[in-house]
Amino acid sequence: MNSDRLILKAEGIYKSYRMGATEVKVLKGVDLSVKQGEFVAIVGASGSGKSTLLHILGALDRPDKGTVSFEGRQLSRYSSSELNRFRNKMVGFVFQFYHLLDELNVLENVYLPAMASKSTIGWLRCRRWAKSRARQLLDQLGLGDRAKHKPYQLSGGERQRVAIGRALMNEPRILLADEPTGNLDSATGNGILNVLEKLNSTGQTIVMVTHDERIAERAERIVTLADGRIND
Amino acid sequence: MYKIILAIRYLIKRRITYFAVLAVALCVFIVVVVMTVLTGLVSDFKQKNHSFAGDCVVGTESLVGFAYYEDFMEVLAKEDFVEGISPVIKSYALITRKGSQQNYGVEIMGIDPVKHSQATGFGQTLHYHRDDVSSPLRQGRDVPNVFEPVKDPNYMGCVLGIDLALERDEQGRYTYGFSPADADIAIAVTCFPLTAKGALAKAGTSLVNTQTFYYSDTSQSGLARVDNSIVYLPFEQAQLLCGMAGPAESPMDSLRRANAIHIKFKPNVKLKTGCEKVALLWQRFKQEKSGETQANLLDTVTVQSWKSYRRAVIAPMEKEQTMMTAMFGLVGITTVFIIFVVFYMIISHKSKDIGTLKSIGVANINIVQLFLGFAFLVGLLGSAIGAVGGWRFLVHINQIEDWLFEHFGFQLWDREIYAIGDIPNHLDFKVLMVIISSAIVACMVGALIPTWQATKLNPVETLQVSQL
Repeated sequence: MNSDRLILKAEGIYKSYRMGATEVKVLKGVDLSVKQGEFVAIVGASGSGKSTLLHILGALDRPDKGTVSFEGRQLSRYSSSELNRFRNKMVGFVFQFYHLLDELNVLENVYLPAMASKSTIGWLRCRRWAKSRARQLLDQLGLGDRAKHKPYQLSGGERQRVAIGRALMNEPRILLADEPTGNLDSATGNGILNVLEKLNSTGQTIVMVTHDERIAERAERIVTLADGRIND
Repeated sequence: MYKIILAIRYLIKRRITYFAVLAVALCVFIVVVVMTVLTGLVSDFKQKNHSFAGDCVVGTESLVGFAYYEDFMEVLAKEDFVEGISPVIKSYALITRKGSQQNYGVEIMGIDPVKHSQATGFGQTLHYHRDDVSSPLRQGRDVPNVFEPVKDPNYMGCVLGIDLALERDEQGRYTYGFSPADADIAIAVTCFPLTAKGALAKAGTSLVNTQTFYYSDTSQSGLARVDNSIVYLPFEQAQLLCGMAGPAESPMDSLRRANAIHIKFKPNVKLKTGCEKVALLWQRFKQEKSGETQANLLDTVTVQSWKSYRRAVIAPMEKEQTMMTAMFGLVGITTVFIIFVVFYMIISHKSKDIGTLKSIGVANINIVQLFLGFAFLVGLLGSAIGAVGGWRFLVHINQIEDWLFEHFGFQLWDREIYAIGDIPNHLDFKVLMVIISSAIVACMVGALIPTWQATKLNPVETLQVSQL
């Protein structure tokens, strides 16, 4: 399903952290291009900087050096409000630990990104559409009967599917998944991978981070992050 | 919309917020009750002092008094802003009850009861001759007779400060075991008359003037120092006793004198404006009288508003109120601190939510609005609970005190000592609104620093596995 059109491009990304007195260089000139409709898996050992790279790609973090371009425009040139809009509309994050809001039920968690992007009046105008879309997503993810449940009433796999639903709510151009199966047993993890594969088959661009090469094999392309650099 | 929903859910679902709500409710409750009682007491005390003095007092502290007071009263009577004028004799005396060897030092006030009731609230302080302003039929009907003992109107009557005549029970009630109608209580009042130069008028003779009066009524002003020390006498008699009655008393003292003129302004006249007008009139009057024989006595005369005239007794009460307000300012600071701690804990627990919200594109300003909205709800709910609780408590405060007194002998104020009847419990809506607004603002101030810190959280750090 992938086209030749680049949707995301990272060039010469450097990132380091301070741990006490020492500076840990995590990324040392990472270059990565993601085409529209691609399913890319980034693999690497624990602490290799996979998640850091994913956060930089999704504008949750800034690189020390280098540029990230989304559809040809550098993220560093985005204003603060444009970055918020980018995170809300263009990318959807799926985290290893789901990060659902405990105070909201499943349906509310899914339509939260739609609600977050609207003013109160704007939300009142579009809430029917948003709720309908959220229900549709939950049905697709096999959680139609769990809409009113609270996150703590769900299994790990179900929670991750809710997180995927939330990430897809605003029809993002790219889905960024950080160890989406890392907290699940293999059968449940397999179910999540099936969901991701299915989404990719409909044209959804996905970048997934994992330390497990067997899981990475489910992706269309695997890139390995080692010593702070990408080995395609 | 998510901010409203999340703020409400945080309020309902987080047990720790119940402590914040409770802390706010308790603070509001305490402040509402104490401020209402204290404000009531101060306001009541001021009102009683106002009632006692009238609006404005032209007078002297000198016991000699000042002459030409009648001329100045004529000047005042022509002014359209003046409603009532009452000349007053003020001095000290010894009183001895007939048949008793004991005498007591008291203050005497010589008044014309009708004029004095027009200028002050004197008529409403009486027990038997009460000027009932609420009843047009009774208003002012009995006041002219206040110095006529019921036993025999030909006797000279006197009105005693209620604490000179009666004793209070433990609940502050006066027992009227006898009335002027069925008892002839004679009281000898002894004064030291003074000349216009301040010398003893009867030096070399008996020194004193003594006259017997019959108890005709009591006056309950509600001011302890007034009610336990003042005896009201007919103006002319007091003037005679004090040697201020002019030629009839002494050829040397050719003019009648008084110690003060109490003035009441018309209802639409502002106190400050009225007093300034009187002061101006007094200056002119003084200049006109500058060549007169007793003009020097006018130098000691001042024109004061009732607030200034009673400042010595009001000021300590106001000071107490200021101190209490300052103390409750500290209570407010404590509330802010409690809210700060609670919000610090809540936001620490909610860092993951903040990271999640930022990952879906929520701006920092919206994070601030979310938590300030949460603080607002805590403040609103806490204030509402505290205010309703305070109001209900105030409604029953006197019953509660009665119950405590009956069962445990506890009283907020010993009614045998303090001239306080019921505990003031009138809740001022404006004060309530100020307290509620302050509580909400305190909550928001308390939440401000943790909220500001929340916006500084790096979502990447809060969403890390190690942070969970």
